[in-house]
Amino acid sequence: MPAARQSPLNSFAAHAALIAYTLIALFPVFVIVINSFKSRQAIFREPLALPDAESFSLIGYQTVMKQGDFALYFQNSLIVTLASLFFILLFGAMAAFALSEYRFRGNLLMGLYLALGIMIPIRIGTVAILQMMVATGLVNTLWALILVYTAQGLPLAVFILSEFMRQVSDDLKNAGRIDGLSEYRIFFRLVVPLVRPALATVAVFNMIPIWNDLWFPLILAPAEEVKTLTLGSQVFIGQFVTDWNAVLSALSLAILPVLVLYVIFSRQLIRGLTSGAVK
Amino acid sequence: MTALKLDRVCKSFGKVQVLHDIDLAVEEGEFVVFVGPSGCGKSTLLRVIAGLEDATSGRVEIGGAEVTRTPPAKRGIAMVFQSYALYPHLDARGNMALGLRQEGQPKGVIAERIAEAARILSLEPYLDRRPAELSGGQRQRVAIGRAITRQPRLFLFDEPLSNLDAALRMNTRIEIAQLHRTLGASMIYVTHDQTEAMTLADRIVVLRDGRIEQTGSPMELYNDPANRFVAGFLGAPSMNFLRPVSAAPEGAVLGIRPEHLRPEPDGPIRGAIAHVERLGGDTNIVVDTESGEQATIRMFGQHPAKVGEPIAMGFDARHAFHFDAEGRRLRNG
Repeated sequence: MPAARQSPLNSFAAHAALIAYTLIALFPVFVIVINSFKSRQAIFREPLALPDAESFSLIGYQTVMKQGDFALYFQNSLIVTLASLFFILLFGAMAAFALSEYRFRGNLLMGLYLALGIMIPIRIGTVAILQMMVATGLVNTLWALILVYTAQGLPLAVFILSEFMRQVSDDLKNAGRIDGLSEYRIFFRLVVPLVRPALATVAVFNMIPIWNDLWFPLILAPAEEVKTLTLGSQVFIGQFVTDWNAVLSALSLAILPVLVLYVIFSRQLIRGLTSGAVK
Repeated sequence: MTALKLDRVCKSFGKVQVLHDIDLAVEEGEFVVFVGPSGCGKSTLLRVIAGLEDATSGRVEIGGAEVTRTPPAKRGIAMVFQSYALYPHLDARGNMALGLRQEGQPKGVIAERIAEAARILSLEPYLDRRPAELSGGQRQRVAIGRAITRQPRLFLFDEPLSNLDAALRMNTRIEIAQLHRTLGASMIYVTHDQTEAMTLADRIVVLRDGRIEQTGSPMELYNDPANRFVAGFLGAPSMNFLRPVSAAPEGAVLGIRPEHLRPEPDGPIRGAIAHVERLGGDTNIVVDTESGEQATIRMFGQHPAKVGEPIAMGFDARHAFHFDAEGRRLRNG
């Protein structure tokens, strides 16, 4: 290892930069979490103080548990996020395999067409999507959200995954063909395990925007029984009065599931981000 | 019976034609090597035979049956790849078993064939290891084992030794030759390395730009090349191409193998020694001739030649070849 990488000064500088970044990134989360455990007066008196015996209060969590059906909102968010991720990964990987593996007329055009979605925000089509959902009777169902999020996630998924799939050895796929494996088995048994890090990367990139989205739940599925967590939290934000205890508690709770999913994907993700850089 | 018959096989990728009217017959039990520089179409031809690429036109027959449009798994072939292409999630045994399981062979037969292949290739200690836990040579043996267990009518090897280091390459080359003798199977072997071609082949097929330049046994090709390309491609160091020393047609070229040139005080080719390669058993002397060309003399044993010394060379007329300006052989030149 080169001496430069071992020098304590360099090591200190690198860690200082990383720690500073971590603090900046975690600070808002930290503020949300500590304030969710404080009484309303304490939040406004000293927003940065830790809760102490005097200011500690679970009023926010109590409001959240009482008002509305938060367990249901949680469940809706989880269903929408996981189902959307599943479809993005499945269809994205299949489309990427077709684009990277098969020579057919219009292959390049098809790839460009799919990549176009990365550049055009899906929200531009909100009105048309709403009309379509009304026409198909999908308004106020979780399917409306799942379909939209799948469409939103596919372009980037296809783009990233097809790059990774190009790197899977042709010989391996051909060996499978000579051994009589079907194209589906080659895809699921040989190719998918080898691009697992890329799948995790795509999953994490898509998971957080879907979980946090307010726009489409508000427009496509505002009914009580299909509300997502983000939308459900909005009841505490009023035009004139906002129940900050409840909002902060709801947000703190909303962080947890994403955190769990992220931990599950992160081992794969780290491999995905560093593969290629580290042989 | 012919193991493989190719009839006017052509292959194009878009507008680029990479194989032109390939005709070839491989006899049962024959070891045929396709050799040529990179980009000559030899790997594409192998992939057409395997069924991994469809021929644009022409017929492919394996073991007497037409297979031009048959999928690879049903052609009765097995292939060994340059990159081994072992299934990373299966151990050595699983790698060898997969193809047989797909064929629907009973478990007893599968176990028996794996045991047999493992015995031939001395793979018994490694059967439960995954590819990641095997060395390069062991991986290549598992890949060969995977081919053997299929009991194919035709073995296809796609540059199987390119990823091995020099010492291992020679050992594996000998193993493949012994395997061919043991199994008596028909084999097609693709390489860009003329040494592998010369040492392994019953018959060599030299390809260039998607055409067969010449077909024949290694010694036929070495002693009687049809053209300048084949003459220059086979043999190391490669043949010297010099200005003719006797009367010859305009543009003709004289070809002499390095081992047929010898130092001769009043020889017809004069020059100065530019470089000496001492290999112990052999000495290669590179000479800059007076006519501005470079020639190599290969001499057996060790010689005290010094760089810069003048030298004159001669040769036996019966070892000389002549080629015309287009590279075709002149038989009476």
